[in-house]
Amino acid sequence: MAHAIAFYTLAAFILGFAILVVTTKDTVHSVLFLVLDFLFVAALYVMLNAPFLAVIQVLVYAGGIVVLYLFVVMLVNLKRPPEAHSDPHRMTKFGFGLAGAVLIELGAIVVSGYMKAPAVTSPAQNLPVTGNTEQVGWMLYTSYLIPFEIASMLLLVAMIGAIVLAKREL
Amino acid sequence: MVDTFVIPLLKILVVLNATLVGVTYMVLLERKVIAWAQSRLGPMRVGPYGVLQPIADAIKLMLKEDITPTKADKWVFTAAPIISMVPALIVYAVIPFGPTVNLFGRQVSLYITDINVGLLYIVSVASVGVYGIILAGYASNSKFPLLASLRASAQLISYEVAVTLTLVSVILVSGTLSMVGIVNAQYNANVWFAFVQPVAFVIFFIGGLAETNRAPFDLPEAEQELTGGFHTEYSGMRFALFFLAEYANMIVVSSVATTLFFGGWLRPFPHVAALNFLNFIPSWTWFLVKSFVFLYIFIWVRATLPRYRYDQLMRLGWKVLIPVAILNLVVTGIVKVMLL
Repeated sequence: MAHAIAFYTLAAFILGFAILVVTTKDTVHSVLFLVLDFLFVAALYVMLNAPFLAVIQVLVYAGGIVVLYLFVVMLVNLKRPPEAHSDPHRMTKFGFGLAGAVLIELGAIVVSGYMKAPAVTSPAQNLPVTGNTEQVGWMLYTSYLIPFEIASMLLLVAMIGAIVLAKREL
Repeated sequence: MVDTFVIPLLKILVVLNATLVGVTYMVLLERKVIAWAQSRLGPMRVGPYGVLQPIADAIKLMLKEDITPTKADKWVFTAAPIISMVPALIVYAVIPFGPTVNLFGRQVSLYITDINVGLLYIVSVASVGVYGIILAGYASNSKFPLLASLRASAQLISYEVAVTLTLVSVILVSGTLSMVGIVNAQYNANVWFAFVQPVAFVIFFIGGLAETNRAPFDLPEAEQELTGGFHTEYSGMRFALFFLAEYANMIVVSSVATTLFFGGWLRPFPHVAALNFLNFIPSWTWFLVKSFVFLYIFIWVRATLPRYRYDQLMRLGWKVLIPVAILNLVVTGIVKVMLL
């Protein structure tokens, strides 16, 4: 019961801040709401007994990536007048279509989740290591080694791409 | 009931108050030590040898007018000092001041909590603290604070990488992320990790100086260039919050250095029976003494070294500290796999 109350409270905060992110006029305020949103997602991870993931969420998203967002927002003049585009509603139909697709997808996930019986055993229970961090590490380097390596490759490519873009005369 | 609520609350109360008192007296210590280094007396008027100076300062700051510039972003301007202060204080939740001891017939651990991601928790909370600085500069809507906050945040982000890499090599040696676990690992290994990881310790300390915006890396507060730094537009208690956060962060860096590299609450040579007479000194005293040495070095460095230039600072961070930290990490990994 207490678990459910905690979950719905956190979920309400997460959704509320997410709505504020997209409705706030001031871009810096919007980025700040994004930070709050990430912090509440981290709290959700703590509630799900995933402290490692929660800490990484704060470290990487709230403390790392959004700081860079803030830099971009503060240094680049984003205050374009509304009349900069001739038709501000030109993307409305596409937006509604996209939102509808996401809603249908979410509905499908919820429905299929109710159809299936919930998983009784978590894969973490028969690992040779204990502790959340150790289990995450073990899973990453055994069952999910190839996705993990592909993800790191992708990040390397992105990093090299950024350097090439920034230093054209290199 | 007592063990789950009352004792943790009491511990939080004690740690928070001790921190705030410690921070105010750090300011006095800094003024005194720098004065002595420059053949002055320092604060002498309030109380004997100026020991009541922090209280006078606090009263002065509370009575000062609290000004918000008309063109400032009001909400963010108000939130920025709070965002600076809160991470600096909640870090103390995982710092172990001592082991579990018997206190008035009850087993009490001398730390608020010991989570198994303790070290990562400290790093991530510290990374949130940078928002206070960026937002203070932005919300002031004034050019010098903005420049200072950009400097400060670029500096913080750069040195965070090197510091985190050194922490990883300590984690490799200790095999745990828990702060208590790291101290116990040093007890079992019978050596302080400063002697196992000397390179990591030096980089950590330099990075700690830079991350707390202390001399010789105090460019964000370079008075000659920036009038006063990211908190130029702040006055009264809001300015004091930034000030307190800086000193609280210094205590955090000292405590983490003590825990990771100098055995935390352990006495020197804990396995040598001939020194057992040292056991009458409580464990937390060792912790506080070791941390105090670091805090003194912080002040000593400020009194001694001139300020870096900004490009030198960035070059040192990216071209020296980070490569050396990566190399140290790789060597640690190889040694750990090959020899142990």
